[in-house]
Amino acid sequence: MGQFIIRRTLYAIATLFILSLTIFLVVRLTGDPVMLLAEPGAQEEDLELVRKEWGLDRPLPVQYAAFVKNILTGELGQSFNYEMPVSTLYFQRLPNSLELALAATLISFLIGIPTGIISAVRVNSVWDHVGKTIALLGLSVPGFWLGLVMILVFSVWLGWLPTSGQGGWRNLVMPSVALGWYFAASLLRLTRSSMLEVLRSEYIKLARLKGLPAFVVIAVHAFKNALIPVLTLAGINLVIMLNAAVIIEVIFAWPGIGRLLYEGIFQRDFPLVQGIVMEAGVMIVVINLMVDILYAYIDPRIRLTR
Amino acid sequence: MSITLRAAYPVLNRLRVGLDLPVLSLAILVPFVLTATFANVIAPYDPTEPIPGGKIFEPPCWSAEGNTRALLGTDYQARDVLSRLIFGARVSLVVGVMGTVVAGSIGTMLGMLSGYLGGWVDQLIMRITDAWLALPAIVFAIFLATMLGPSMWNIIIILGCVYWTRYARVIRGEVLSLREREFVKLAEIAGASRTRVILRHILPNVMNSTMVLASLTIGVVIIAEASLSFLGVGVPPPQPAWGSMLADGRSMLMVGDWWLTIFPGLGILLVVLATQLFGDWLRIRLDPQQRNL
Repeated sequence: MGQFIIRRTLYAIATLFILSLTIFLVVRLTGDPVMLLAEPGAQEEDLELVRKEWGLDRPLPVQYAAFVKNILTGELGQSFNYEMPVSTLYFQRLPNSLELALAATLISFLIGIPTGIISAVRVNSVWDHVGKTIALLGLSVPGFWLGLVMILVFSVWLGWLPTSGQGGWRNLVMPSVALGWYFAASLLRLTRSSMLEVLRSEYIKLARLKGLPAFVVIAVHAFKNALIPVLTLAGINLVIMLNAAVIIEVIFAWPGIGRLLYEGIFQRDFPLVQGIVMEAGVMIVVINLMVDILYAYIDPRIRLTR
Repeated sequence: MSITLRAAYPVLNRLRVGLDLPVLSLAILVPFVLTATFANVIAPYDPTEPIPGGKIFEPPCWSAEGNTRALLGTDYQARDVLSRLIFGARVSLVVGVMGTVVAGSIGTMLGMLSGYLGGWVDQLIMRITDAWLALPAIVFAIFLATMLGPSMWNIIIILGCVYWTRYARVIRGEVLSLREREFVKLAEIAGASRTRVILRHILPNVMNSTMVLASLTIGVVIIAEASLSFLGVGVPPPQPAWGSMLADGRSMLMVGDWWLTIFPGLGILLVVLATQLFGDWLRIRLDPQQRNL
C-alpha cells in the first residue's frame, strides 16, 4: 500500500511538472506576453520597462524557476489588473463557484441516478429508452444554449426567474440546470452500467433466492454497491464544474472562477489566466490522486496493477 | 449488394451497407454536409452584409414584423439569419472534421508509439497524456485560444491539441496486446523496421477504434468550437459561426428576439445529435464486442 501511494504521488508530481512546463511554454512561445500586458501602440522603452517589472527580461529557465516557486508558495503570481496574488482572487471566488457546482451536482443526481436505476432494472423497457434519450441529449444539447433558452422562456417570456447574478435559490435554478445537464447524462450512463453489473452478481441472485422483496434487493443490496463508482464520478465532476463553468458563469453573470478567467482574457491579464489554469490543474490532479488511493484502499487488487 | 462485391471488399460486409443505415442520423448529416459545401450557392444573401433595404425582420415571415425576403428573420445589423446559418454550417463542418483529424492523428500516433516502443517513451507519453487530461478540455482550449489569437485554423489546431488524449489511451491499450500477436512477432523476425511494423501491421489494426473514436469526437469538437466562438476567442467576426451568432443573440435576448438564439442552437443540437447516433451505429458495426470506448 505504501509503495502504491508513493508511486502514484510521484506520477502526480510528474504530471504537475509537465503541466506547469506546458502552460509556461505556451505563454512564452506563442507571442510576447509583454504585448498582452502593455497598452496597444506603446513605445519600445515602455515595453522594456514592463518587461523588467514582470521579470520577462530574464532567461527562460530563470523565469520558469520563478513560476514554479510561485506555484509552490501558493501565490500563483500577481494579477496584472487586480494587483493581487492570483490565489487570493481564486479563493475569493471559490465559494461562489462551489455554491453553483453543488447545486449542479444535486440537479445531476436528481436526473441521472433515478433514471439510471430504472433503466437498469427494466432493460429495454420504455423507461430504458427514455433514459437513453436523456443520455443522448445530455451530450448533444450544449449547456450554454440550454441556459440561453431557459433565460428566454423563464425570465423574458414568463418572468418567473431572475436572469443573472447571485442571490436566493431563484438565481441558482437556471445556472445549475444548465451546468448540471451534461453531467446528469454521464451519471445516468454510469449508474445504469454499474447497476447492471451489480444486478448480475451472485449475491444479488442469493438475495432474490432468499425471497427478499424486489424493492429491498434493488434499493438496499444492489444500489449500495453500485453507488461507489457513481459517487466517485460525482466527486471528480464537482471539481471539474468548479473550474470549467466558464460559459455558464458568463451567461448568468455568476461571480465564480470561470468568470474570473473570462475577465482575465478580456483584460489581457495573462498572469491571471495562467494562474487560474494552473490552479485548476492542481485541484484535478490532487482529487484524482485521492480517488486512486481511496480505491486502492478499498480494493487491494488495484494496488498490484500499474 | 451482390455477394461478389462483398467478397471482394470485406469492409463492406462488415458495414452491411444498405441494410440498417442510421436513417435519422443521415437525414441530418447529408443535408448538413451539402449545405456547408455549397453555402455560397444556396445562401440567399451575403452573410456579412445587411440585406438590401433591410431592417430587423422577425420570423415567421407571414407575421406583421416578418418578411418573405428573410425566412428566418434578420439580426440587429439586418443581416439574413438563414444565410448566416448556412455559412455557419461550413465553419462547424470544417472545424469539426479537421479538428477531429488533427486530434485523431496525434492521438493514434502517440498511442502506437507508446504501446509499441514501451519503456521510457511509454512513460513520457503517458505522463504527458495525464497532464493534458488534468485540465478541463474547455479551460485548456480557452487558454490556448487566448494565447494564439482567434482564427479558424488556430481553433482547429487548438482543438486537435486538446482532444487527442482519449485516442492515445485507447490505442495504447490495444497496441499492448497487438504487439504480442504472432503476425507482429513474425514481421519483427523477418527483419521489418519498427516504422514498418507500426505503419503496416499495427496501424491497420487500430484504425477501427480510431474511426469509432473520431465519430464520437466530431460532436464534442463542434460544441467546443461554438463555445470558443461564443466567448469571442473562436472564429472572429464578421465570419459567421453558430457560436458567435449565439453571442449576438444573447445581447438581444432581453428584448425578446428569440430567433437569434433558437436557430443557431438548434443547428448545433441537430448536427451533434446526428454525429452521436452515427458514432453509436459505427461502434456496433466496427466493434463487435462493444467495448466501452
